[in-house]
Amino acid sequence: MKLLTLNFLTCARKTCKSTAAAFPLHPKEAELEQVEMELNPLFVKNMLPRLDWEAMKTLATELGLPNLPAETPVAEELANESGEPTQTLRDLHTLLMETAIASGKLVCGNCGHEYAVKEGIANFLLPSHMV
Amino acid sequence: MSAPENKGEQYEEQHVHEVYEQIASHFSSTRYKPWPIIERFLQALSPGSVGLDVGCGNGKYLAVNPNIYIVGSDRSTNLVHIARRHQPHTALVADILDLPHGNKTFDFAISIAVIHHLSTPERRREAITSVLRTLRTDGFKGEGNGEGKGRALLYVWALEQEGSRRGWAEGGEQDVMVPWVMRGKKGAVSQDGGGASGGGGGDRTFHRYYHLYREGELEADVRAAGGEVVEAGYEKDNWWAVAIRGNNLT
Repeated sequence: MKLLTLNFLTCARKTCKSTAAAFPLHPKEAELEQVEMELNPLFVKNMLPRLDWEAMKTLATELGLPNLPAETPVAEELANESGEPTQTLRDLHTLLMETAIASGKLVCGNCGHEYAVKEGIANFLLPSHMV
Repeated sequence: MSAPENKGEQYEEQHVHEVYEQIASHFSSTRYKPWPIIERFLQALSPGSVGLDVGCGNGKYLAVNPNIYIVGSDRSTNLVHIARRHQPHTALVADILDLPHGNKTFDFAISIAVIHHLSTPERRREAITSVLRTLRTDGFKGEGNGEGKGRALLYVWALEQEGSRRGWAEGGEQDVMVPWVMRGKKGAVSQDGGGASGGGGGDRTFHRYYHLYREGELEADVRAAGGEVVEAGYEKDNWWAVAIRGNNLT
């Protein structure tokens, strides 16, 4: 599961969802993998303002990845004067689109429930007593 | 074949989820052509849009537009394994009533041929509410950046299918069991279990529960679920609606 996805996930429990602690979920025992993908500069540029950047920084830190810039990179940092993608944009592509959690757990910071990730697929089905 | 009373979560586990889990691979091989209205809805989204495909099945709608990002989800792990092949998107296992997504987040959502599998009116409306809640209110991050409200496209099977060989029509039974036949090898022994019954020549027939929607019912459910209907119509045996969050939806 791509790291980008983590920016769009919370705990599945209704009692957690509205709490600040349920986002972002925290990776645990995560095995990462790199999956090569074609760079789509327009997609990255338009998608960035939709991201919760603080959550993205938290994730990078928790996974032991290089620190992200303090603020969301703006359009001028993503393409040079001739319109070519900058290294900043390439790095974001690598982190968000090509880096994935192959296996491990995602933990809710509110209730502590752990969601398993196996073969790159996270499972958010809740045991019946937690629904 | 009409469906029995006493429906709900357990019932759907047996008559919907277990069946899809077993027919996943065969089901997927028959689902590859996107329907035109859904294809247009996805193609019209601006590059960089982020949204959901709730009940993504084999992920056939994940292949439509490579310039947007879709988090697909399905109850069936076997179908999610097929769906995850569609880059650049993601597929995960989740229940429509307990989606692992925040409120007021997404530019769009689609839920195609899913809501009709919930077996009570309350659960169908709860499912629609669950999808609508994820949609952003006005512009992403509430900044009013001209992107408007997030939109959901919902598709359900219609009761009115006079043109199809299934024989359903206005006034008929709405809660039905629909057979799915998996052709077996000739002479193979048929196996019973998980909603399956043996057929001739090793064929296996599975029955899935459906609530067939009558005209106007989907729009009524969207409103009861706290949404507003932007557009609605009928396309080849299905009712569809484009919905946004209503102002009172929390």
